[in-house]
Amino acid sequence: MPDGGPAVEVDGLIKKFGDVEAVRGIDFTVRPGEIFGFLGPNGAGKSTTINMLCTLLRPSGGRARVAGHDVVAERDDVRRNIGLVFQDPTLDGYLSGEQNLRFHAELYGVPRAVTGDRIRQVLEMVNLWDRRGDLVQTFSGGMKRRLEIARGLLHSPRVLFLDEPTVGLDPQTRASIWEYIRQLQRAEEITIFMTTHYMDEAEFCERIAIMDSGRIVALDTPEALKAGVGEDRIRIQTADDQAAIAAIEDRFGLAAVVSEGAVTFSVASGEAFVPRLFAELGVAIRSVNVARPSLDDVFMSFTGSTIRDAEAPGNDRMRMAMRAARR
Amino acid sequence: MASTAEKAEQAAAGVVRVRVPERGLRQDLRAVKIVLHRELIRFWRDKLRMVSGLVQPVLWLLVMGTGLSNLVTSGGGPAGSVDLKTFIYPGVCAMSVMFTAMFSAGSIVWDREFGFLREMLVAPVSRSAIVIGKCIGGAVVATLQGVVIVLLAPLAGVPYDPVLMLQLIGLMFIGALALTGFGVMMAARITQMQAFFGLMQMAMMPMMFLSGALYPLNGLPTWLSVLTRFNPLTYAVDPMRHVVFAHLDVSQRLLRTFDPGVTWGGWTVPVWLEIVIVLAMGLGLMAVAIVEFRRAD
Repeated sequence: MPDGGPAVEVDGLIKKFGDVEAVRGIDFTVRPGEIFGFLGPNGAGKSTTINMLCTLLRPSGGRARVAGHDVVAERDDVRRNIGLVFQDPTLDGYLSGEQNLRFHAELYGVPRAVTGDRIRQVLEMVNLWDRRGDLVQTFSGGMKRRLEIARGLLHSPRVLFLDEPTVGLDPQTRASIWEYIRQLQRAEEITIFMTTHYMDEAEFCERIAIMDSGRIVALDTPEALKAGVGEDRIRIQTADDQAAIAAIEDRFGLAAVVSEGAVTFSVASGEAFVPRLFAELGVAIRSVNVARPSLDDVFMSFTGSTIRDAEAPGNDRMRMAMRAARR
Repeated sequence: MASTAEKAEQAAAGVVRVRVPERGLRQDLRAVKIVLHRELIRFWRDKLRMVSGLVQPVLWLLVMGTGLSNLVTSGGGPAGSVDLKTFIYPGVCAMSVMFTAMFSAGSIVWDREFGFLREMLVAPVSRSAIVIGKCIGGAVVATLQGVVIVLLAPLAGVPYDPVLMLQLIGLMFIGALALTGFGVMMAARITQMQAFFGLMQMAMMPMMFLSGALYPLNGLPTWLSVLTRFNPLTYAVDPMRHVVFAHLDVSQRLLRTFDPGVTWGGWTVPVWLEIVIVLAMGLGLMAVAIVEFRRAD
């Protein structure tokens, strides 16, 4: 990779599956060494984008360069410089952990002199060195994912793509996978490009792009995105919710809704607002909660729905269309 | 997690860096080798498959062979006789190799379903390396299975003879290569295991029955005769029968009945040409499989 050049450079990228336009012209750049996150509900086009960047899908339009190489014209150069961890497992359960890695090393042409040391190193990193001889089919879901991360790193890629690396894992395993990801970035100066639909994970990224229906609707650091939303969110529990909503509208000119069992509304500086609320509302308040804007709020302000609502059944069709095309 | 952090620090201190070399013939050869190696490891691990692969040929040889020989008078007479078991032995060799080869080819569909195919397809190696590795691997596995049948030769009244054994094993490999090529070609298009095996069953049964594995190909009605000549498996079975009968002590008359060779309108196809046909078919099918996998990109 040319030094100093962007790790990933995307320009007007489009992907169509028949009539369905999964990715509708996106642009972004990822700096070397960055942890870059793609956030969005299932079916937003995250995996399709990753598959195009990994040379697994041919773009319908636009250009993309990964590690300085064009994903269509210089496919092999891209492949040599990237590591991949897919959403679905891609390990051979009939081979041991070490054999899976050895297969990978041979396939990528890792020099034999360093293969053994390198395998040991990546396995130790994900705490699987002791289990190296066991068949992968005996591994738990979390162990398999860790092994895949180790394998994705084996050939010292410049960019590591992680497609939903923690989906379906328990919170403890998720936390340890994040620990590996951050260690990695420090130890190997790798650019990490990941997709997720967990808000709390997106917080770990240095920059995130919010994707919705095939478009990037926002791209910035998590802090800047949250600051952009501005307002704090206040949730109160009252004796009479309807009366409280009417009173908030009446006295403060704010629109409130009942969400998850609490009257919820947004206001510029929450802490300063609470005393006024108590003094002037006129409806008994049982509890109050003031929250700084979260990525959920950011997501909501850009897409008009929460990420959970956005994962409506309607999106499954697009997902299936993409699955079919991937085969 | 403290230990994790410590280990990571240690790891960071002495990172073993890897530079992935440019793609070239050497890399592709390494890829062929490791894809092949994986087939062998998996075959070795799967003892059940080895045993189940043996059941069918043994059934044919011992049960069908013995049972039917009561019915057939095996050309007995002053010129001597040929046991039915001996006659179908080369056919059984071919069949067992055929089934194992198809099964090995099916593993590519399996790999696709379980995602491992993606691991291979995103690697910086050519599609041909993966297909060739898969075909040779499948053929080697099928041949290993065939070796067991070769060892069963005395059960069929065929003598142990090192030359015969080597000839049989060589012929099995060529046949297996053609069949794995066929299977991999089909597997490039088919994404579901059930569909693949359904289709294979559909293709294999007629191929087996029309191959001369179970009956001699002379004196057949014209329609059947023509069909057998178009069946590629015919040219894989006939050389095997030929080498088996070359090591038996039988009269010319019996040889004409039981090892008539394959004829094209009265002209007997020489064994070398049969081998060339099978080999060419194997390479041809493999080439088609490579094209299919390239196109799927």
